[in-house]
Amino acid sequence: MSIDPQERAAFTAEVKAWFDDNAPADPGFLLPQSFMEVGTDQQFEFLKTWQRKVYDAGYLGMAWPKEYGGHSKPQWMQDIVTAEMTKRKLPFMVNTIGLNWAGPLILNMGTEEQKKAYIKGILTADDIWCQGFSEPDHGSDLGNAQLKAEKDGNEYVLNGSKIWTSLGAHAKYMILLARTDQEAANKYAGLSFFLIPMKIDGIDPVPIKKMTGEYGFCQTFFDDARIAPSCLIGDEGGGWQVAMATLAFERGAAGGQAGGHSMNSQSVHEVVALARKVKRNGKPAIDDPLVRQQLAQFVIDQKGLHLNGARAKHKPLTEDRPAAVPLMGKLLGSEFQRRMNEFAILLLGQNANYYVGDEDAIDGGLWTRSYLNSFSATIGGGTTQVQKNILGERVLGLPKS
Amino acid sequence: MLMETLANRNIAFSDEQAMMLDAAKRFVADKSPTDKVRALIEEEAGFDSAVWAECAALGWTGMALEEAYGGSGLGFGALVPVVEQMGRGLMATPLVPTVLAGAVIQLAGTDAQKTPYLPKIAEGGVATLALGERDGGWGLADCAASVTRDGDTVKLSGAKVLVEHANIADVIVVSVTLDGKTALVLVEGGELGDLTRETVIDETRRVFRFSLDGISVPADRLLDPAKTADALRFIELASCMLCAADALGGADSCLAVIVEYLNTRKQFGKLIGAYQALKHPAAEILTGIEQGRSLLYHAATLFDEDWATPATEIAVRMAKAAADDVAIFAGDRAIQFHGGFGFTYECDAQLYRRRSIWNGAHFGDAAHQKEKLADLLF
Ligand SMILES: Cc1cc2nc3c(=O)[nH]c(=O)nc-3n(C[C@H](O)[C@H](O)[C@H](O)COP(=O)(O)OP(=O)(O)OC[C@H]3O[C@@H](n4cnc5c(N)ncnc54)[C@H](O)[C@@H]3O)c2cc1C
Repeated sequence: MSIDPQERAAFTAEVKAWFDDNAPADPGFLLPQSFMEVGTDQQFEFLKTWQRKVYDAGYLGMAWPKEYGGHSKPQWMQDIVTAEMTKRKLPFMVNTIGLNWAGPLILNMGTEEQKKAYIKGILTADDIWCQGFSEPDHGSDLGNAQLKAEKDGNEYVLNGSKIWTSLGAHAKYMILLARTDQEAANKYAGLSFFLIPMKIDGIDPVPIKKMTGEYGFCQTFFDDARIAPSCLIGDEGGGWQVAMATLAFERGAAGGQAGGHSMNSQSVHEVVALARKVKRNGKPAIDDPLVRQQLAQFVIDQKGLHLNGARAKHKPLTEDRPAAVPLMGKLLGSEFQRRMNEFAILLLGQNANYYVGDEDAIDGGLWTRSYLNSFSATIGGGTTQVQKNILGERVLGLPKS
Repeated sequence: MLMETLANRNIAFSDEQAMMLDAAKRFVADKSPTDKVRALIEEEAGFDSAVWAECAALGWTGMALEEAYGGSGLGFGALVPVVEQMGRGLMATPLVPTVLAGAVIQLAGTDAQKTPYLPKIAEGGVATLALGERDGGWGLADCAASVTRDGDTVKLSGAKVLVEHANIADVIVVSVTLDGKTALVLVEGGELGDLTRETVIDETRRVFRFSLDGISVPADRLLDPAKTADALRFIELASCMLCAADALGGADSCLAVIVEYLNTRKQFGKLIGAYQALKHPAAEILTGIEQGRSLLYHAATLFDEDWATPATEIAVRMAKAAADDVAIFAGDRAIQFHGGFGFTYECDAQLYRRRSIWNGAHFGDAAHQKEKLADLLF
């Protein structure tokens, strides 16, 4: 399907103009870099208001059905908006879990009631979502999740705990993977998937301090919390399949997201600017041959990441291994950010000692903070090592480890 | 240039190119299985002339030539999928030097030069480039070989090395210095003196060195001096792009060789592919190839839009750097992952590792490309 270039240009101009007029001013306090780092109520409220404003302008959930709160517009329009807000490094859409994985999941597999109940609130940011997958003893081995959901009369009773729950302290709903059958034939078959309310008795999200000293995720304790059977999505015992579908949305391997960006990452041109600014042996770092080569490599990496998507649009250029590009994006993107921020710290020289809050920290301590936070994406959503297993096993057909 | 470079995400791939890719894939798989590759290594000619004739019949030698000269005018970027498949099959043919020589004559030749040579190339005549010199590097502009005018003729002197298929070429594009400037001159195969076959790391290649002393050719064999700089730039970029295509194709079948072994060899009671020390590098090779192909087809897209822009140069150098890196890594790991067998001549790993050395050392390795990129970008 080809898009009329004039229509495209006109829409792009409209979007740019809207962001020119409506981009939020610096709030005067430090904003988080991603949805996994929302540590204060002040940050949360600010981001929620901003998402609402974008939605009200018609720029979020553009391709989602109108009847549930979307705008029934073509996907390319949403893509333009998302690209524009990413490029401008505007504050991200705080309800990432709702917009990008719970929402598409509900639209795909949910009942009519569930779509009516949840989709609109995801878009307006009235209903913030969190994700209850990982447990203290089972992270990468997600299929071993043990939090209990036991039938008691006409309800399920939840007991156990989830951990690393991003936005847990602010969320109204959670997507939850829980064990409904202790005696199932295998570990996967005993799992079920629920859409549950967070603000009920017996659910207690307790914030955990991150390595940056900020907050963002919780350990969520479940103590005889009771939920209705209508919270189930998919079949009882079919939770693993639902979880896999969710992860495909989360990692960007499947499309259908509402749009908007979920984090502010660094672009290589900012590291180039840094290399011009800082000195090495009395000369701008950008004059150093090794620095130049490494920066060129980052340009290649960043450009390659973008081009993968462009190539995937041509079936003959991906037909040998159609799953490769969708399954590798999260791995390559997150590792790229980690390595590039790590390199930026080296460019700082002695000044790398200063962190956010010190008046002498270059770029306000951005590089060190970004480096530390980059691990959120190399660990969260399935670690780099697990992603490599997936590529090796599912794309190359190697035996399971 | 940096912001423009980051913003350009254009990849075009026509149905015609898709058909070409498909045809090339099947052709190479059929004509160049590994036992055939190994058999050709043992032969003096180094390639199968019947297969070469088929390549010409498929239109590959004329793809970048204008219709007036018997070509199809598809453009140089259209050769990328073909050369990629040939790299995949480690296929030995004179295709790359032939199309490069043809394109250079087309670019910088006079009508009187194009008319005799180009249609022959389109029909499958071999042509090649003589650029390398013993003490030379990757820069094409400074040659010790020279020509001097002598009435209606020019006299050549010096020597050239690393010339592919010089023994069978109808015409050779030779770089020389004329009046202190680089020039390109056409020499016909029959005009060459003694050729010495060189021993090179990639045994699928047939490469020669020869002296230019005593050769004189009509002065109208000089390509247009006003277009020499362009022609040299074209050669460098086009070669880099085709090397990248060849390297990525090679890396891809090298990965297949690795995966095959990881899925059959057992140690400690399990398939070695279950060990992440082997699985994870295999996944890294995969992502390197995938990303390399994205960069490659972007380069091919820009090349066909306008080969002479800085944007194209950037795209081509990126593709070459990425391709060399992954081809070297794949070949290197292929040897290690085959254990003792990997150390043998019989194991195919060496074929790929040798080829990646050749490609890397041709027209600039990854580090060289990144140096050039840095100058263009920062
Ligand atoms: C910032 C952040 C936000 C998060 N937000 C959420 C959230 O909102 N909801 C949620 O449910 N979870 C969340 N997570 C949790 C995340 O999904 C898990 O941390 C992750 O899946 C890894 O699990 P783990 O922490 O138990 O580590 P483990 O699984 O114990 O892994 C420890 C180490 O072993 C490696 N390893 C494990 N298994 C293998 C294997 N098979 N092969 C090779 N190496 C292996 C891992 O790569 C890692 O390096 C978040 C994590 C972070 C860091």
